Amino acid sequence: MWNKKRLILSVTLTLLISIVAFPAAARVYIDINSPYLKKLPPAIPTLKNLGIDNRHQYLMKELAELLGDTLSFTGFFKLLDPDSFLVDPQKAGLTRDLIQFENWRSIGAELLINGGISYKNGILKIELRLFDIFGRRLIIGKRYTGHIGDRRKIIRRFCNEIIYHLTGAKGVFNTQIAFVSTTTGNKEIYLADFDGYNIRQFTTTKNITLSPAWSPDAQWIAYTAYRKKKPDIYIKHVSKNLPGKVIAFKGLNTTPVWEPIQSLLSATFSKDGNPEIYLLTSSGKIIKRLTYNWGIDTSPTWSPDGKKFAFVSNRSGTPQIYIKDLDKNQVRRLTYEGSYNTTPEWSPRGDFIAYSGVTNSHFNIFIIGVDGEGPYQLTRDTGDNESPTWSPDGTLIAFSSTREGAERIYVMNANGADQRRLLILSGEQTSPRWSPR
Amino acid sequence: MAKRLGTYFILLLAISSLLFAVSCAKTKVKSEPSEMQEVVTEEEMPAADMQIEEIEEEEGLTEEQLSAQELAEREGVLRDRFVNQDIHFEFDKSSLLPEAREILKEKAEWLSMTRGAAVTIEGHCDERGTNDYNLALGDRRAESAKRFLVDLGISAGRLTTVSYGEERPFDPGHNEEAWAKNRRAHFVIE
Repeated sequence: MWNKKRLILSVTLTLLISIVAFPAAARVYIDINSPYLKKLPPAIPTLKNLGIDNRHQYLMKELAELLGDTLSFTGFFKLLDPDSFLVDPQKAGLTRDLIQFENWRSIGAELLINGGISYKNGILKIELRLFDIFGRRLIIGKRYTGHIGDRRKIIRRFCNEIIYHLTGAKGVFNTQIAFVSTTTGNKEIYLADFDGYNIRQFTTTKNITLSPAWSPDAQWIAYTAYRKKKPDIYIKHVSKNLPGKVIAFKGLNTTPVWEPIQSLLSATFSKDGNPEIYLLTSSGKIIKRLTYNWGIDTSPTWSPDGKKFAFVSNRSGTPQIYIKDLDKNQVRRLTYEGSYNTTPEWSPRGDFIAYSGVTNSHFNIFIIGVDGEGPYQLTRDTGDNESPTWSPDGTLIAFSSTREGAERIYVMNANGADQRRLLILSGEQTSPRWSPR
Repeated sequence: MAKRLGTYFILLLAISSLLFAVSCAKTKVKSEPSEMQEVVTEEEMPAADMQIEEIEEEEGLTEEQLSAQELAEREGVLRDRFVNQDIHFEFDKSSLLPEAREILKEKAEWLSMTRGAAVTIEGHCDERGTNDYNLALGDRRAESAKRFLVDLGISAGRLTTVSYGEERPFDPGHNEEAWAKNRRAHFVIE
């Protein structure tokens, strides 16, 4: 939320044309619910020079590439090779009337994203348009004005528009990923933008720091740290130096996770002699105990409506995933395959739960329907794969993997396709958590 | 101790008076050389006996001193054992193995001997499994050990538990040998 505000302050946005000729729901170019996603092929030519000095002309290519990289991250697109383009972008017109759609159609493009750029007196102006080549139609047109340092935000902003218009769901280009890294020698929490850029260290506890969790407004992160030689929960503001909260009951204080509707906190405490899940106010006062069992109950994750939560319990002898329905006060077991299923995360769309389970002595990422459908195995033969976390639109899953030796963060489409490394940082990275939008 | 010193003092007194007697006797002997041998022999005998007794007494003292030292050493050994001897667990289990129970009985003995000591029991796991679950499992392991000690009469107030999950392995290896060492409860005297 906060970065959105900053964006509005620093970037003035002008709607070029009333472009929503086709409301998002009218035509869905990309069905993000489809397990067999056909990738759309967009053409993204170099931006046109609309008045930019020699020294800054590199931006024309850089920003076209950034557009392509940002869109590719979603897994929805397969970019066309600019070498195949028949049109010189510096000579071509940018508007519908001037575009020769046949030239784009003949090379297999279904979408065209073109744009122009000017840079005068420290003011950057970028206009960007998205065309449906078959329909010969403008889908979105925007002009952005800002400083040169805003260009990554501008491109992300436009990409969010593209995703919204093509899928009907908001994009994730303003989101962040929190994770644990051993870069300093201690485990500390770090933050990165959704695409792995802009990495910064968030905690400096100089001790063991674990399990980051975002508040529903993405303003606070709760985590577990051993500041006082035992695992307690700390809550820290993402950007401001505000006084945080500490939750330090006797024994274990772990796996903080926010409940999405009332912004309540849930966590595991062993204060009553056994790891159990509790519900608390955001200031750390216990509202009620949520689980009752002699075994381990830990790692809660909430359904988007806040009426149910899934968690890990070893009440049957091995760690398995269970769902508790709070209205009915019923617990049912969800996973039956495998003898070690942990780290569940409920999908933002509510239908699936991602988790890591052991197959052939290795951890792999699975998703299972809340009704028990599946489970579907998304990783295989690639070391240990743990801690899945959904992008807030439910289309991507980030996770940690040892596929290249050290544990690092990877991302894949929610159907398991396009597994790629998310970020480059020294040390080992674990426990990614994707922020809400 | 005071009593022993007293005995010792009397003993010394007895020895010195005897020695005095011997030296007196020697003076006498000089005056009557012909009978000297017999007299000396007769008079030295008890003195020698006394000395033997004295040596025995000294040896006795030494033995007692030694055993006190040994006791301290043994206490040190027991303390070291208490600190260094971890109890181990099966994979994904927090129940106590028979060997762990024996070790805990020894620890309970030491704890009842060493009344002031407060102890932190650390629960640890091997690297397999996920961090969050292992934190809970480590907690259960430490609690299992604590409960057993409390059942043996150790006050719960002296025992604190803390779980480190898989965060502090004893052996950094990535094999069963290392994992077996890492699935442990470790005892720290505060």
